Amino acid sequence: MIIIRPWPQQGRIGGAMDLRRSYREEMALVRGWSGWLAVIALTAALAVLPFLLSGYLVYVVTHLVIQALVAVGLNLLVGYTGQISLGHVGFFAIGAYGAAHGLVTFQLPLPVALAGAGLGAAAAGYLVGLPALRLSGPYLSIVTLGFGIAVHQVLTNWPAVSGGRIGLFVPRPALGPWPLTGDRAVYFLVLGVGLLLILAAYNLTRSHVGRAWIAIRESDLAAQATGVNLRRYKTLAFGVSAFYAGVAGGLAAILIGYLEPQMFTFVESVSFLAMVVVGGLGTIPGGILGGLLIGAIPYLFSSLRQWLPLVFGLIIMAVMIVEPWGLYGRWLKIRRYFKSWPL
Amino acid sequence: MLQYLLNGIATGALYSVIALGIVLVYRTSRLLNFAHGDLAMVAVFLVWSFSRPLGFPGAVAVALLAATALGAAFSFGVLQQVKEATLLGQVVLTLGFSQVLSGAALVVWGADSKPFPFPLSSVVTYRLGGAVISQLTLGSLVIALVLMAGLYLLIQQTRVGLAMRAYSQDPEAARLLGLPTRRLLAFTWGVAALLGTAAGMLLAPVTFLHPYFMLTPFLKGFTAAVLGGLDSVPGAIVGGLLLGVMESLFAGYVSLRFVSTLSFALIVVMLLVRPEGLLGRVFQRRV
Repeated sequence: MIIIRPWPQQGRIGGAMDLRRSYREEMALVRGWSGWLAVIALTAALAVLPFLLSGYLVYVVTHLVIQALVAVGLNLLVGYTGQISLGHVGFFAIGAYGAAHGLVTFQLPLPVALAGAGLGAAAAGYLVGLPALRLSGPYLSIVTLGFGIAVHQVLTNWPAVSGGRIGLFVPRPALGPWPLTGDRAVYFLVLGVGLLLILAAYNLTRSHVGRAWIAIRESDLAAQATGVNLRRYKTLAFGVSAFYAGVAGGLAAILIGYLEPQMFTFVESVSFLAMVVVGGLGTIPGGILGGLLIGAIPYLFSSLRQWLPLVFGLIIMAVMIVEPWGLYGRWLKIRRYFKSWPL
Repeated sequence: MLQYLLNGIATGALYSVIALGIVLVYRTSRLLNFAHGDLAMVAVFLVWSFSRPLGFPGAVAVALLAATALGAAFSFGVLQQVKEATLLGQVVLTLGFSQVLSGAALVVWGADSKPFPFPLSSVVTYRLGGAVISQLTLGSLVIALVLMAGLYLLIQQTRVGLAMRAYSQDPEAARLLGLPTRRLLAFTWGVAALLGTAAGMLLAPVTFLHPYFMLTPFLKGFTAAVLGGLDSVPGAIVGGLLLGVMESLFAGYVSLRFVSTLSFALIVVMLLVRPEGLLGRVFQRRV
């Protein structure tokens, strides 16, 4: 059985110096003038960014945001609910091919195709979540691993879906009256969808759903004893997590414009898991950070393609050895140090 | 039919050997070793490199030693040194280690497939009743059986084996009784790496040698281990043989393309019916 408890000191880190005067203050997502300043500055920076960068860099940044989205979704499952998934690439692939066929084969409007991609992946997530009711740890990891490999094999052997040897080309679609021709337009589409889903993740984890998930992570038996419906919340965690991966897959299909089964292998699942762990388990900024950083490694080492797996593995191992709570955990420690400075 | 059974048993025996390595580590560390296949892959590449200067037997000896040392070193130098390691963290560490190993192989030996020189030939065949068996298949079957017997003797008949059994039953008590648990864990990792390397060498002549050639066999061995029960040594053998035979029959009579998908589907059904595996101990949780 895999027990995940990297959170014992989190409450102490975050809450040490904060003083809340009202319930509304406690519920607020953004606290204080410094928080609002950071949000406004970040939004402005994200809005201006594509006009400062060259076309290729806009494409890269968009790809990173998509991967961060997968990491945030996977973190809801691994970090919050404590269930492992080694086959997340399966959901990503279902979303990518779902959106591609929705747009190309069925000529659906973009929002419908994206939502369909997410919901299709979520349905698959629900099905994968059913065994999770009886299995944990290594046994669950092999079921999810098998799911990811099964999706890859079905894609490889089913030319009607995957387009056979040629692959599947996805022309840039139009959002209502506006055609998404340049990378810049796709960037704003991805950013919009991404911010919406990240906001949803924040609110989900603060609601009764998030509390039920955390209760399951800490001890599913204790959660059940206090009245958490395990069947509903475990499958929900798988479904929601798969929905994020599915939507991200659909966005990736639109951005890259080309799909082939080799893009969806076990190595991708490992890299998604690495994003969550390197960024920080059980936190939403952790997922974003991990997605951006791990996603950037292939681009940083693009000229040294051979060295990529070696560097990738070394970074994962180094982070696990030096900072098991991930980068966000390190940031919380730094912040606590300065909040209580000079003590 | 007989032919399919024979092929299935021969492949299954190799799955069993891989599964045994996974089970050995899981029994002691409660940890799935995702670097198992890649450790074996690096060792087989060492055989390939050293077989020219040292001759084949010398190269095999070097590679087995190196794999054992590498496995033990990872357990001792990395896994046991990490403070506050959760089990998920350890799993991610082994995933990272597997990336490092395959990445190193990619840098040192390149990505292209190489033929692996092996003294036994897959072309020379013998007739056995109604079935045909190649020299290589026969050899790997014999070697797999010898390895299984050796492991049985090691676990059941030696002091080290007794210590390993004691540790897997209750790590705390074993430590309190004065067993050198850290060295014991490192030793277990070494033995597991040795088993994986042996299986890898028998597989390489068929699959050819490249940095990812052990991924599929590793996943099959993993499946076999789960099928038999992750904490059961006989279970790993039974699971491997069963998986090999089922795959061979399915490939022969139904479809060659969906073999891996089917084996995973079977695992899911199996786990839902009996989550602890065929021969595993029934889960008991104290709340």
